[in-house]
Amino acid sequence: MKLTLKIWRQKAPNAKGRFETYQVEANPHMSFLEMLDVLNEELIAKKEEPVVFEHDCREGICGTCSMVINGEPHGPMAGTTTCQLHMRHFRDGETIVIEPFRASAFPVMKDLAVDRSSMDRIIQAGGYISVNTGAAQDANAIPVDKDTAAHSFDAAACIGCGACIAACPNASAMLFVSAKVAHLALLPQGKVEAKRRAQAMVKQMDLEGFGMCSNITACEAECPKGISVENIARLNREYLSSALGSETVA
Amino acid sequence: MSLDSKTPSGPLAEKWTRYRGTMNLVAPNNKRRIDIIVVGSGLAGASAAATLGELGYNVKCFTFHDSPRRAHSIAAQGGINAAKNYANDGDSVYRLFYDTIKGGDYRSRESNVYRLAEVSRNIIDQAVAQGVPFARDYGGLLDNRSFGGVQVSRTFYARGQTGQQLLLGAYQALSRQIALGTVEMYNRHEMLDLVLVDGKARGIVARNLVTGKLERFAAHCVVLGTGGYGNVFYLSTNAMMCNVTAAWRAVRRGAYMANPCFTQIHPTCIPQSGEYQSKLTLMSESLRNDGRVWVPKNPEDAKAIREGRKTGNDIPEEERDYFLERRYPAFGNLVPRDVASRAAKIACDEGLGVAPTGLAVFMDFSAAIERYGKSKANAMGLHNPGAEKIRELGEAVVSEKYGNLFEMYEKITGENPYKLPMKIYPAVHYTMGGLWVDYNLETNIPGLFAIGECNFSDHGANRLGASALMQGLADGYFVLPYTIGQFLSNEIRTPKFSPDAKEFVDTANETRQRLEGLMNVKGSQSVESFHRRLGKIMWEYCGMARNAEGLEKARKMIRELRDEFYKDVFIPGSLEEYNPELEKAHRVADFLELGELMIIDALNRNESCGGHFREEYQTEEGEALRNDEEYTYVAAWEYKGWAEEPALHKEELAFENVELKTRSYK
Repeated sequence: MKLTLKIWRQKAPNAKGRFETYQVEANPHMSFLEMLDVLNEELIAKKEEPVVFEHDCREGICGTCSMVINGEPHGPMAGTTTCQLHMRHFRDGETIVIEPFRASAFPVMKDLAVDRSSMDRIIQAGGYISVNTGAAQDANAIPVDKDTAAHSFDAAACIGCGACIAACPNASAMLFVSAKVAHLALLPQGKVEAKRRAQAMVKQMDLEGFGMCSNITACEAECPKGISVENIARLNREYLSSALGSETVA
Repeated sequence: MSLDSKTPSGPLAEKWTRYRGTMNLVAPNNKRRIDIIVVGSGLAGASAAATLGELGYNVKCFTFHDSPRRAHSIAAQGGINAAKNYANDGDSVYRLFYDTIKGGDYRSRESNVYRLAEVSRNIIDQAVAQGVPFARDYGGLLDNRSFGGVQVSRTFYARGQTGQQLLLGAYQALSRQIALGTVEMYNRHEMLDLVLVDGKARGIVARNLVTGKLERFAAHCVVLGTGGYGNVFYLSTNAMMCNVTAAWRAVRRGAYMANPCFTQIHPTCIPQSGEYQSKLTLMSESLRNDGRVWVPKNPEDAKAIREGRKTGNDIPEEERDYFLERRYPAFGNLVPRDVASRAAKIACDEGLGVAPTGLAVFMDFSAAIERYGKSKANAMGLHNPGAEKIRELGEAVVSEKYGNLFEMYEKITGENPYKLPMKIYPAVHYTMGGLWVDYNLETNIPGLFAIGECNFSDHGANRLGASALMQGLADGYFVLPYTIGQFLSNEIRTPKFSPDAKEFVDTANETRQRLEGLMNVKGSQSVESFHRRLGKIMWEYCGMARNAEGLEKARKMIRELRDEFYKDVFIPGSLEEYNPELEKAHRVADFLELGELMIIDALNRNESCGGHFREEYQTEEGEALRNDEEYTYVAAWEYKGWAEEPALHKEELAFENVELKTRSYK
């Protein structure tokens, strides 16, 4: 299949970017990234600079690949990361527009690669259970109801790719933050510091320059792991109850 | 030189407890004065960095990823072993130890493996306390399943994303220490060399991948948790950026590489579909709990399937050869990985392969779907449910167990595995070989430690499923934080090192020259094309089956390829910028050297054991034939120079608690 690609090229964080047009010959069994590999090999053969895009596991689990394909983070298929997207879902002769994730908290580094370390800093602010190595009791001493454990797991499945943020017109990180808050707050082990966690993570989210949530739910629609906006409701509950409670949280 | 494993004396079951109780400690006030560099942020690196930070050391942790959460441990699917015996099926520390020694075909160190089995139980406790959402039953307690090479259910799992959940647990523990300031995190920094001061490991040179500048870091010791080298084969289940550079640079500075030819070929991966393919995708071993592996008995049927005239569903039961069940009745579909992979290769070599390339066998879930469907119908009180209802109920149960894997399979192949049997073929997955370490996980370079897949110590010639996560976390949480004190207790008076000292500057200059050398080749072929060619040589001659003639040939081919690389590689861009092609070039350059060492090691080992199958050494039934008299040792290789032969050092393996037997899964 013959494709026309319009790809965002940007030399460095402060450089001016622009769309460049390329022609590429692909095969329907290829993954989207393998199609870009083919393009890059052709560029290198012409001694031109290949398109920089981030990727690693190519199994849809590490969260490294990003990019917006035809206006959608991770492209047109629901529940699919860019690396798991295959060319059989595109038409011969199609023009595909490829851009980086856009958000002020995700500065472009080069071409399609953006800096997502703001998400790490949100986790560092409180996205954990405070337990040192060696301080744990026997694993079966904490029974967890099977359904609750399943809900917790659904939230824990977040791969931290940032598609929710790229999809949101406000570039809000609420789905990402709420997934971690819900994953931990649903478990008895994580309940203990749930209030402190919610407050600290929301505070850091605001500091990083992420926008507010206005219930558009594009985040859920574009999430490759199907993380539900119900988690945002849970975060709001945890956050409100901690803000209204009598205890002060640093 | 013979290698001293520093295994403590005393009975096997008491070694670790006694040793831990009597080893040297570093007092809390001294820990604050000591700096440790941890390279890698996967299960081993992140758990070690977090734990060392909790203990009060000053830790610097490095990853080439944009975030420590991206490390490839995240992709592990099936589970993690632990001798908890929650299933009440006769499991014990000794049994896990024994299964691991036997699974490794008697080529691992008893004392290390026993310790691994002991601490396995603590890992599960720790992970649950961190909030890792393992699978549970209706009573709210933890659930287990089985993996290959064992007859108990000791594998804890979190759907098909166990590695992800365990890594996030370690990442969160690490994040907490970063926030507390005990760990300084360096994302997008790739270690390119090791710095020695007076023969001890005291720092690293890393390239800042954003600016392209070389940076120097000093510490009292260096820990490598940098994973395995499966990507030497180009196509593997490893992530694209996995590489051997950190470990190989340590080898170039004098560390020994142990058993490099021991690589694991995983039997159940999605087969390759074309030349453009960049990586292979694993289908978890847990699927073999319910999937039955088969090929058609009749080559004509196999041909018809390859040509698309028939599907697996068209082959009647009596025309199928469930070859694992037939050859290994005691373990059936759950034989260890090396055994299952070889059996699949033999079936395909006989012309019974079912993919257009001829390289695939079926893994079939229809029997499991029917079995689960019937049992679910009974549980629901349905009388005389139709076949369709049973299928529907059974598919729901299978989906609950393996849903994400089935989805992944369908995304990649475009075929629905609930309706058609999966097609699978073996692929490179893990490397048992790695840096030689003693009982303290210290290499032969004082102050240089290696943990997780990066070292060689626990899996012998074949790793059992669900044991990589166990080893990574055992080393990082529960072993290294103790044993590192044996070295550091002698360093409490050593002042901090300056990264501006001569040794650091010299090493950084050498690194710079190496990178400039690569940039200046200005040839015509891409890095990727060299990597692909190297991978083909390795897979063809040093893959699932090897022989002396092929290995000799491959050695010559690799040397030629290496010469060509340094004459004709082309790297676009410049040194001091964000340049992924330059990153790849340096990694491939190191793979080109490691590949030759793997071949030398495979040639040296004139026996078949585990994943190392030398065609000259097999039984009449085609099983691996070990030579215990001559090869019950760890082959640790010392780098001697670009054109020199490496020197072999042997660590003789003593089996005092396990009798060496022919491994049988029949």
